[in-house]
Amino acid sequence: MTTYSFDDDSVVIIIGSGAGGGTLANELCQKGIPVVLLEAGERQSPATFINDEWPSFAQLSWGDTRTTSGTWQIAKDFPNLPAWICKTVGGTTTHWAGASIRLQDHEFRARQMYGEVKGANLLDWPLTLAELEPYYALAENKMGVTRTNDIPGLAGNNNFQVMYNGAKKLGYKECSTGHMAINSRGRDGRAQCMQLGFCFQGCKMGAKWSTLYTEIPAAEATGKLDLRTQAHAVRIEHDAKGRANAVVYADAKGQLHRQQGRIVAIAGNAIETPRLLLNSSSSMFPHGLGNGAGMVGKHYMRHTTGSVFAEFNDPVHFYRGTIMAGLISDESRLDPDRGFVGGYEMETISLGPSFMAAFFNPGAWGRDFTRVMDNYTHLAGMWLVGEDMPRDTNRITLSDTKDHLGIPVANVHYDDHPNDLAMREHAFKQGSAIYEAVGALKTHRVPPYPSTHNLGTCRMSLKEADGVCNKHGQSHEVPNLFISDGSQFTTSAAENPTLTIVSLAIRQADFIEQALKTKAA
Amino acid sequence: MQELKVNRRRFLQGSGGLLLGTLMFGSGPIALLAPSRSWAMEMHTLPSDVASQLLLVVRRIYPHDRMEDAVYAFSVKALDESASADPSVLPQLVKGLAELDALAGGKWSSLDENQQVALLEKVQHSDFFKRVRGTAVNSLYSNELAYEHFGYEGASFPKGGYLMRGFNDLEWLPAAPADASPSAF
Repeated sequence: MTTYSFDDDSVVIIIGSGAGGGTLANELCQKGIPVVLLEAGERQSPATFINDEWPSFAQLSWGDTRTTSGTWQIAKDFPNLPAWICKTVGGTTTHWAGASIRLQDHEFRARQMYGEVKGANLLDWPLTLAELEPYYALAENKMGVTRTNDIPGLAGNNNFQVMYNGAKKLGYKECSTGHMAINSRGRDGRAQCMQLGFCFQGCKMGAKWSTLYTEIPAAEATGKLDLRTQAHAVRIEHDAKGRANAVVYADAKGQLHRQQGRIVAIAGNAIETPRLLLNSSSSMFPHGLGNGAGMVGKHYMRHTTGSVFAEFNDPVHFYRGTIMAGLISDESRLDPDRGFVGGYEMETISLGPSFMAAFFNPGAWGRDFTRVMDNYTHLAGMWLVGEDMPRDTNRITLSDTKDHLGIPVANVHYDDHPNDLAMREHAFKQGSAIYEAVGALKTHRVPPYPSTHNLGTCRMSLKEADGVCNKHGQSHEVPNLFISDGSQFTTSAAENPTLTIVSLAIRQADFIEQALKTKAA
Repeated sequence: MQELKVNRRRFLQGSGGLLLGTLMFGSGPIALLAPSRSWAMEMHTLPSDVASQLLLVVRRIYPHDRMEDAVYAFSVKALDESASADPSVLPQLVKGLAELDALAGGKWSSLDENQQVALLEKVQHSDFFKRVRGTAVNSLYSNELAYEHFGYEGASFPKGGYLMRGFNDLEWLPAAPADASPSAF
């Protein structure tokens, strides 16, 4: 096991080991670059993952307190749990469902294509689809995405079969088991999916791609990776020239350590990444590190989400098999005639009784609620996920509440934009119609879960005044500071973000390698 | 099933009470699992009468007519654990139950179901109700007896997943074509 000393200032320090940080760490190590990877959580494995919802949630999730405000329903339903993300080696790639879809060309140019949207701060990405395409291809190969690289699609389960038949009745054309980073055949030393139905709980087959058992062991094998678990970054420090030069982190006992480094890359998710920058203020950076333009924490996006569950006369057993077994992409197009800009995907979802009870209608009780639960085996379900509007008022700030180290926690403020509401309404109607077309006895609109897609709080921008980083994730203000997670997203687009986060991380690794040679970072 | 065994020593020491019951549905899924029709669950902190009243409150909050009391007992056990960890919980629960009795003008538990529910609606914004409901929703539906009740098959990894056990056994709709849903092999 490789260990670098605390005063080794040649290392790249990466904070967070999920889709962004875990991938970046491996890519850099493969290039021979020394990496210290700080992960706040513990290390699990497919052997220790638990096929039971609440015990697994306790094992993997980020349960540290956060606070909320705003008109979004999460602030009422889950005031201290705005996000459903992970604190464990592999980050939220342990929990994600595997959907791996490229963003569409027009989504990179949202401001240009959608025009001015009142109450939103739309901006074009400083990056085009064409520029990212080669990296998408690398990411798809790395992750083993189905329907790419001659990998067959997955077999659909019962929940997908219900969705598929409803979709056809409505005339939808793009419905299949989709592009999933789940092995439909054994590949890359990992097993074939056995349709366990516990994608959210960490895949015990290792069939679903996670940095935990792909990127991180590959990086360790190079001898260049020093992975430190239960190492929670609390502050990034800088030198007199304003260059990042160290990360202070707390170990499991709360003991602080200071690791020096050549470059710092943050991939702590779009809530913790801005929190860390805001908590790293100094006399040179009074509003937080890299926050000269005042943009750190702003434009928090979490996708316009909701679910539709339907009760049927006949059994579905929707919990059997992959959670996101298939999707409908027809509504992901840009078509403002529907009453909103941007689009959305419809993806199957299933929950066990534990999570159904908690999330179906938070706070509900009595017979209307229990009647649905009693029909559990006869339910089908889908998740609706669409582009939400970036707003400078939707933002991460430092809360008055402090964590166990006395450091302010993140407050997550979100108000739904009228465009978000119009899209959700449309998606609810279409989702219900799909199930009614195949004989649903009753359909239910289920409000958003705590956010798994957290985006935009350190966004990429062409102009320094409009965002936090450039098209390589490099801070506009601190040249050796990088944003390496979904915080970089200029807009949310409709698609599940992981594939894009991984693609950006591969691209960023190439940039960092060059920048180290040319001293451009 | 471990939870249902009475720890004899703990029972004799007796800081908390004991929830006792009999399975109602002799041929139901839980009776088929259980070694006996009678069950008991020990309490560390809650007295027996408080525990049994709370069980009825949880049953009225989440009424599943064909669900055994033995499943509801898991929520009472979760409340007992809260009360053991935090000394302010037991007084809150006792006070909440007393308020229901006061509203009932006698024993709340003696009212008919509709009246019981009507009084619960009156107190649904109280801290007592929020604690009981919030604890119940995360415990009643998260145990193996509940999984049996709802027909959920629980952990699938030990059984090799559902690939060979019905992940695509739905017969009341046409199968999706192979381009949308390829064969698994």
